[in-house]
Amino acid sequence: MTEMGHGRLTEEERREIAAEIAGSEYPRAAASDALKIVQRHRGWVGGEIVEVAAMLGMAPAELESVATWYSLIFREPVGRHVILICDSVSCWITGYRALLDHLTGRLGIGLGGTTADARFTLLPVACLGACEQAPAMMVDEDLHGDLTPEKIDAILEQYP
Amino acid sequence: MTRDELKKIGEAEQERIRKYRHQVHVCMASGCHALRSDKVRTGLQAEAKKQGREGEVLVKRVGCLGLCSRGPLVLEDQSRIHTGVAPEEAGTLLRSLGEPEAAGGEPLPLDHPFFKGQRKIVMEHSGAIDPERIEEYIAVGGYEQMLAAIIDMAPEAVIDQVTRSGLRGRGGAGYPTGLKWSTVAKAGGGDKYVICNADEGDPGAFMDRSVMESTPHQLIEGMIIAGYAVGANHGVIYVRAEYPLAIARLEKAIGQAEKMGLLGRNIGATRFSFDLQLRYGAGAFVTGEETALIASVEGRRGTPRSRPPYPAERGLWGRPTLINNVETLANVVPILKNGGDWYAGIGAEKSRGTKVFALVGRVNNVGLIEVPLGITLREIIEGPGGGIPGGRKFKAVQTGGPSGGCIPEASLDLPVDYESLVQAGSIMGSGGMIVMDETSCMVDVAKYFMQFCMSESCGKCIPCRVGTVQMHHLLEKMTTGSATGRDLEMLEELCDLARHASLCGLGQSAPNPVLSTLRYFRDEYLAHIDEKRCPAGVCTMGAGG
Ligand SMILES: Cc1cc2nc3c(=O)[nH]c(=O)nc-3n(C[C@H](O)[C@H](O)[C@H](O)COP(=O)(O)O)c2cc1C
Ligand code: FES
Repeated sequence: MTEMGHGRLTEEERREIAAEIAGSEYPRAAASDALKIVQRHRGWVGGEIVEVAAMLGMAPAELESVATWYSLIFREPVGRHVILICDSVSCWITGYRALLDHLTGRLGIGLGGTTADARFTLLPVACLGACEQAPAMMVDEDLHGDLTPEKIDAILEQYP
Repeated sequence: MTRDELKKIGEAEQERIRKYRHQVHVCMASGCHALRSDKVRTGLQAEAKKQGREGEVLVKRVGCLGLCSRGPLVLEDQSRIHTGVAPEEAGTLLRSLGEPEAAGGEPLPLDHPFFKGQRKIVMEHSGAIDPERIEEYIAVGGYEQMLAAIIDMAPEAVIDQVTRSGLRGRGGAGYPTGLKWSTVAKAGGGDKYVICNADEGDPGAFMDRSVMESTPHQLIEGMIIAGYAVGANHGVIYVRAEYPLAIARLEKAIGQAEKMGLLGRNIGATRFSFDLQLRYGAGAFVTGEETALIASVEGRRGTPRSRPPYPAERGLWGRPTLINNVETLANVVPILKNGGDWYAGIGAEKSRGTKVFALVGRVNNVGLIEVPLGITLREIIEGPGGGIPGGRKFKAVQTGGPSGGCIPEASLDLPVDYESLVQAGSIMGSGGMIVMDETSCMVDVAKYFMQFCMSESCGKCIPCRVGTVQMHHLLEKMTTGSATGRDLEMLEELCDLARHASLCGLGQSAPNPVLSTLRYFRDEYLAHIDEKRCPAGVCTMGAGG
């Protein structure tokens, strides 16, 4: 799925990455920040990774291995909104499975999938640190807790 | 910034706050935030204006008040806490301030059992000050210890206080903090680093998140002191990307401290300089292991390497590096303020001080608590925890995350200290405490943790990578009613293998949840295997179930 050599960095992305590098003692220390900058602009990291690697003084394959290591750096297109559903212990014992069934049923996708209208991507995540409101999920950067199927329906409405 | 200037800022802030007759603290940490406490805050502000009481009532943003499951929380004048407050109740709440009859949400007195058994050191200012205003931290004595240390104390004297305190690392392993500091202090000259491990990956744990969201300056001050003590001029906070609010507050706090000259070049007009950077994790559990974390900060894949050399000798960029957990570092300021001996007087024999725990699962009061070590599990669960809801029966409490174990009813009078928990087959870990009742199946819980370790294994060493898959497969067979007695034997053999042959703590401790449930709940395993029955009614045992 990777589109090596396709995407080009925009001026703005270059500037932000360069600033990140300038603030680091060694350029490569800015690797995860640089990837994040690209992701913030595009939603995911595509072929631009080659240019990013060059800026960091790293081989593309090396940066690739860093990028794929992190579950929250996306190397494939994702939907406009990313749903991270917690599958860790507190959520596990308070009804994660039923919620997952509800979500996959409603969205018509499985874990790791993206809806046909590119609105949502559904991913599992380890404990969100919201166990006091388990079961919990995060949509983009918003935390939602004490979930029930009805609440999930209402929450999804907030993300067009 | 000199000490006099700092004092003036603090006094001006105290003066500002003293003018108000009432203080209304609205929790704006993640838990309450997700329950829309921001709306409660704006509601209270608008209402204060409407009632013409802006000069009399201070409505302020604060950090975690602890009782996270009952948010949004509003603390009234250090006298009572309103739980579950709705924005529409702002008017009634304000009108009842100071009245004998409280209104707005469900009010709880501060001598409620949830608060009573606690002793707050790390969380002393949590819920009392606005995490986004450095002036409020300064008003409660913030940055005084840091300036006092770098101006008046030799680095050795700082380390001596930490050593005397008996503080042990709160990141899981419980390594003596003073000893670690002196090792780094003695390691060669040149550049050294202090890293704060804020990757908080243990499922069921959110103590570190709360510290960062509630009192970010206390962490930063602790780091500067640590830097001075070990001779490091650079600090890195490595924080999980899943904690956007903590990140935002840390960014803001670092900016404020820099602007005031409390961070950066020549702090307090001394020769000591210390800079601080934020680095983000991106959702990999094993990256919380110290060598993996360092690799990640260096822009490499975040996998562990074998130790020695330890980071204290060869850490970030090959330089001596002090790596401590958030809560460990948040203990430093109170220790310097009150003295190491004071801290050592709290807690248990080999486990001094207090510990923050995330009390979750099947207890009445779910939230964050800070208690002196040495307290018993029963005292925690029945005290602050408020017992088990719905009249159901307690079954086990899980501590230590995926490296920990489940402790049964019979061991509830165990004191919570590093050694006793290990003896009981678990560990202290980072502070997650998950309470389970009769509706939880222990085989299912063991399977959950094994699945966690399986998916988080970095794959670098075979015992962990293959072992966790095999163990998970066997547990899967048990929970679906297709396991035999031979499978149980194999599970025990694999536990032994992973424990002794894995490269890092992840694989070495992955068998713990299985071993501890086997130790205390073997009959549940046997029911699954011999009778194809799940006593808790959680597992769907094959086609018939
Ligand atoms: C698999 C694994 C994951 C870890 N995750 C964390 C973590 O999320 N936070 C943390 O502070 N320590 C974590 N640790 C422990 C660190 O390696 C290290 O011991 C700790 O940061 C030292 O700080 P302390 O002495 O203040 O506890 C982890 C260890 C292992 C083996
Ligand atoms: S286990 Fe789901 S938020 Fe902690």
